[in-house]
Amino acid sequence: MDLWPDYNTRIVLCGGGLLGLGAGIIGCFALLKKRSLTGDALAHASLPGVCLAYLIIGERSLPGLLFGALVSGVVGISVIAVLRRWTRIKEDAAIGIVLSVFYGLGVVLLSVIQKPHPGRQPSGLNSFIQGKAAGMLLEDVYLLAGLVLVALVAVVALYKEFRLVCFDQAFAQAQGWPTARLDFSLMALVVLVVVIGLPTVGVLLMAALLIIPPVAARFWTERLGVMMFLAGLFGMASGMIGAVGSAVVKEVPTGPAIILAAVSFFVVSLVLAPRRGLLARTWRAVPRERPG
Amino acid sequence: MTVFQDPQLFLWALAVASICGVSCAVVGCFLVLKRMSLMGDAINHGLLPGIVLAVLVSGKLTSFYLLLGAVFFGLLTAFLSQTLHSWGNVDENSSLGIVFTSLFALGVFLISMYFRHGDLDTDCVFLGHLEHVAINLSQANTWSDYDVLWTQLPALLLTLTFTILAWKEMKIAVFDPALATALGYRAMLLHYVLIGLVAGVTVVSFEAVGSILVLAMLIVPAATALLLTDRLASMFLLAAFSALISALAGCWSGQVLDVNYAGMMAVAAGAQFAVVVLVAPKHGILAKIWHNLQLGLRMAGEDVLSALYRAEESGQAPATSPAALTQPEHGFSPLMVRFALKRLVHKGWIARRETTASWQLTEAGRGRARDIVRAHRLWEAFLGENFALPIDHLHGPASVMEHFLGPELQNQIAAELQEPNRDPHGRTIPKDGPAG
Repeated sequence: MDLWPDYNTRIVLCGGGLLGLGAGIIGCFALLKKRSLTGDALAHASLPGVCLAYLIIGERSLPGLLFGALVSGVVGISVIAVLRRWTRIKEDAAIGIVLSVFYGLGVVLLSVIQKPHPGRQPSGLNSFIQGKAAGMLLEDVYLLAGLVLVALVAVVALYKEFRLVCFDQAFAQAQGWPTARLDFSLMALVVLVVVIGLPTVGVLLMAALLIIPPVAARFWTERLGVMMFLAGLFGMASGMIGAVGSAVVKEVPTGPAIILAAVSFFVVSLVLAPRRGLLARTWRAVPRERPG
Repeated sequence: MTVFQDPQLFLWALAVASICGVSCAVVGCFLVLKRMSLMGDAINHGLLPGIVLAVLVSGKLTSFYLLLGAVFFGLLTAFLSQTLHSWGNVDENSSLGIVFTSLFALGVFLISMYFRHGDLDTDCVFLGHLEHVAINLSQANTWSDYDVLWTQLPALLLTLTFTILAWKEMKIAVFDPALATALGYRAMLLHYVLIGLVAGVTVVSFEAVGSILVLAMLIVPAATALLLTDRLASMFLLAAFSALISALAGCWSGQVLDVNYAGMMAVAAGAQFAVVVLVAPKHGILAKIWHNLQLGLRMAGEDVLSALYRAEESGQAPATSPAALTQPEHGFSPLMVRFALKRLVHKGWIARRETTASWQLTEAGRGRARDIVRAHRLWEAFLGENFALPIDHLHGPASVMEHFLGPELQNQIAAELQEPNRDPHGRTIPKDGPAG
């Protein structure tokens, strides 16, 4: 087998890696603010938007589809907020309602799109559900790279502010920081990362990429900076391994491949991490002879 | 295209959808009340490997192994997530998230590896194929062709039985969690039986609606019912009813529009929910806005009454402009004040004196105003007596509390302060009753 991967595989490597990097880093903030499952609702809620964008545009144009995903996802999040604020429906039920109803709508629209229609090409939208890196083009990677760069710049620029808002929002508020706007920016970044990842990882598993690398990283350190670095690393590695694996073994869709790669990192961290891992804990718990 | 193009197909689809829907709605009521909706989501996803393994082992899509595999993996999801939460110090939602997404990914992976051309495909999982199930049923020849029904009907019966048996425990668990905790193992047992039940209805509805849309049937009808009633029994009945409507609307529109039936069921449930969110009599948004409006009018009116009373008391000429009659800090808009004045006139509490173009209290109005001022000053006295507040901090809280202290509370406060005559500002506290 050729040691240097071919053109397509290189594209897929870059795409998957960039996505994993972005998701790992932004996911740390989502994890700290306990908003990980909002990311799941967001991903499911974006399906109708993707389908509507396709129906309106008439062809599979990635920026258009992503824009549709963005709008639909944001509508979903807003509905959750309204339900929480104005009704007696609690947050968990609100997330579940939005997630399932929007996804149901998306499924209906998908069945409309997939009806054989003279002159209409097969949409390939099915790949949005499970993810497909194999069909990635170079311009898709450029788009991905650009968006991830935007996200990373935002994180670097607002690092101190985000860190405080995650750990001690009350203090930040008391100090007069614009916590509402910071919170909103943070959620906007989560939305951005989720939307970017949809074509590759798919609607159903995107949230996993936001949750698993940060949690895996958490086992290794107490410091946010190190955690974000490790999460980015794990994410990138999972993205690359999963994307290439799925491109090589055609039957396996990309979403599960990436997630399973991420899970392996998680299990390894769970077991082997120096202070918080299982082995370390069991070792500490075993009573040993103390020097006289 | 009319639905009666193929009524038999429609009826079979409706039958399956209704049984699924009602089973899910009943279990879903428990989930929503116990704030376990996301756990329901997690179980739906997490049991996928169980289904795949069961089909691999048994070779059939509808079998006892399926139920076993699903329940096992459902319980595993809950167990692993709980363990990760307590051991790994990961917050509850995130630990749920990791466990169920990992298991789901595993399930999808297994399907794509082993079922490339088989009966179990990812479309079935993600989209459901109620249409196919209905077609199969309408062409059934032998008893075993009705397999789908033979699993769904018992599931429904089991769900209903559980509901009846667990009714008392359920009430305790929802309305008195402290007692439930004290009852220890019974609450835990209920918790895990519920999880098993969720796994059960999911796997049974799996062929019809797929594992994702089961969540819609679990949660949305129950949430709709929650907004319509405060009684537990009514909630279950309304949820089941809403599920039936979703099944009917879903299958009907699915056939007429030629779209995915299960998706339309979810949309139908969502539409009912949206309507109820707006118009539910007590808990709907419109009802709340109306209630807030009425409250605002009452408060503005009471401000006017007490302002007129104070003017009379101090011998000043009463104000003529509505704006001057209400406290500026309460921020009532001029429109609100105008309506409040109309309301006061309608109740016979104020009258307009044309000669001076001013408002005047009627006898009844004076009694009402005295009541409010009494509440205000009693509260000021109460605050002054029990809290070391500077004197100018008393008026603000009192002008809010005066609207909410009824005669009983007033007398209680007066008794506790031993019938004070004057408030901290030195003004007379009106006595209770018609005189004074």
